[in-house]
Amino acid sequence: MHIFDILGPVMTGPSSSHTAGAARIGYVSYRLLDDMPAEADIYLHGSFATTGTGHGTDRALIAGLMGMKPDDTRIPDSFAIARERGLSFSFSTIEINDAHPNTALLRLVGKSGKKLEVQAASIGGGRIRIQKLDGVDLNFSLEKPTLIVHNMDKPGCVAAVAGLLSDKKINIASMQLYRDGKHGRAVMVLETDQFISPEAAEFLSHTEGILKVTYFNSEEI
Amino acid sequence: MAFSSLEEIMEYMEKHHVHFWEAVLEDDLAQRDVTREASMEQMRYTWDAMLQASADYEPERKSASALAGGQGKQMETYCTSRTPLCGEFMGRVMTEALKTAESNACMKRIVAAPTAGASGVLPAVLIPYYETHASQDETVLEAMYTAAGIGQVIALRASISGAQGGCQAEIGSASAMAAGALVSLEGGSGKQIIHAAAMALKNLMGLVCDPVAGLVEIPCIKRNVIGAVNALSSADMALAGIESRIPPDQVIDAMKAVGDKMDTSLRETGMGGLAATPVGIEIMKQLKNHPSFGNS
Repeated sequence: MHIFDILGPVMTGPSSSHTAGAARIGYVSYRLLDDMPAEADIYLHGSFATTGTGHGTDRALIAGLMGMKPDDTRIPDSFAIARERGLSFSFSTIEINDAHPNTALLRLVGKSGKKLEVQAASIGGGRIRIQKLDGVDLNFSLEKPTLIVHNMDKPGCVAAVAGLLSDKKINIASMQLYRDGKHGRAVMVLETDQFISPEAAEFLSHTEGILKVTYFNSEEI
Repeated sequence: MAFSSLEEIMEYMEKHHVHFWEAVLEDDLAQRDVTREASMEQMRYTWDAMLQASADYEPERKSASALAGGQGKQMETYCTSRTPLCGEFMGRVMTEALKTAESNACMKRIVAAPTAGASGVLPAVLIPYYETHASQDETVLEAMYTAAGIGQVIALRASISGAQGGCQAEIGSASAMAAGALVSLEGGSGKQIIHAAAMALKNLMGLVCDPVAGLVEIPCIKRNVIGAVNALSSADMALAGIESRIPPDQVIDAMKAVGDKMDTSLRETGMGGLAATPVGIEIMKQLKNHPSFGNS
């Protein structure tokens, strides 16, 4: 935790966990979808479900899905903006076993038909953890530059990613591999010490066996 | 690596012949691998956001529950119509605390310091000081580093979350940060800074987190006032040379121990304390039945 986690974030109130964290979850989901969302079915668990409305958790999630960050002053008006932009959404409550009290599950469909399911928790102070992506259990925080790679579960993909980062002089701080046994797909989450350039991510996305690449530079959120 | 105790910051200051705030700044540069300019720039942005939040206060605006709003203005009017019992400066401090805390409840833009619920405490002492003492921006930024350093140690050794440690961890921590910041503004020593922080934390120890209907409104908004007022009295004691008999780091550890013993109903669940009073329960029921508010 650095000093701007203590004096910060600069955010739209009233709660760092229920509002700023929710906006971040929405924003990260929007970036992972890599498309303007057209439909969003959102399920709230625990304290998000019981006190979310009063904290603007719902409006913050929708704002994030439209690319707004936690300090965006339009968060209170996000429902009206979503209607203007053709984003239809629904909210329900859900009970997820062993989930953090501030958890949201988002089922998204983008304007171009892309689909994504994200489960994420707001763990305090506006910080978040992504815990499930399209049914694959994982765990990352986006507190460092992070590369998320969806790939076919076959030899060579990890080597390709590691090789490219090495070429670009990007040091890997941590690396996690997850797979969904049923569909032959895997997800790699790499935290790095240096920023990841858009070009590097773009290059990687054209590598054989790699289905999708998303990168976050920690300053971004 | 971040400092794990206030004592460690003191040792760093002595070893490198720097002020408290510089120790915190230098640690930030090492931790985040950024330049001094980039760090100072971000602190300036944070300070500007605090000033902006105060300037953007809207007295007519109400919170989601319609229970919060307008009291900052009420206090301001009172303070201009007569001299408050606490004196003019304290009147302005109380006004600022209410304004920012209400703005937060009303979904306006604020700076979490260290949390959104406690966001009124630090600006409540910084803004009136800045305006009445004609301070330089730089002096305020230094005070903010001081505050952040104190908050960081508390977050590491104890907690700054109401759900974990009760309100003492939120308003208490904010008050300790603000007390240190005030001593920094007055040019006090490192020792005075950490003792001001310790006394502020001690005086709010045991404070529970009992928000009515679970919202950051009742009693959070007014607790920002006590956080700011307590920071001023603690800073004055420290500047007078009064010290905490219990070493500051041990005060932080005691705050954690008290938080650990606190019942769940008193840690941001909206189930105990003021939330569990007949009126508190009535408010919660009314909100649940409100069409734009219900959770069904």
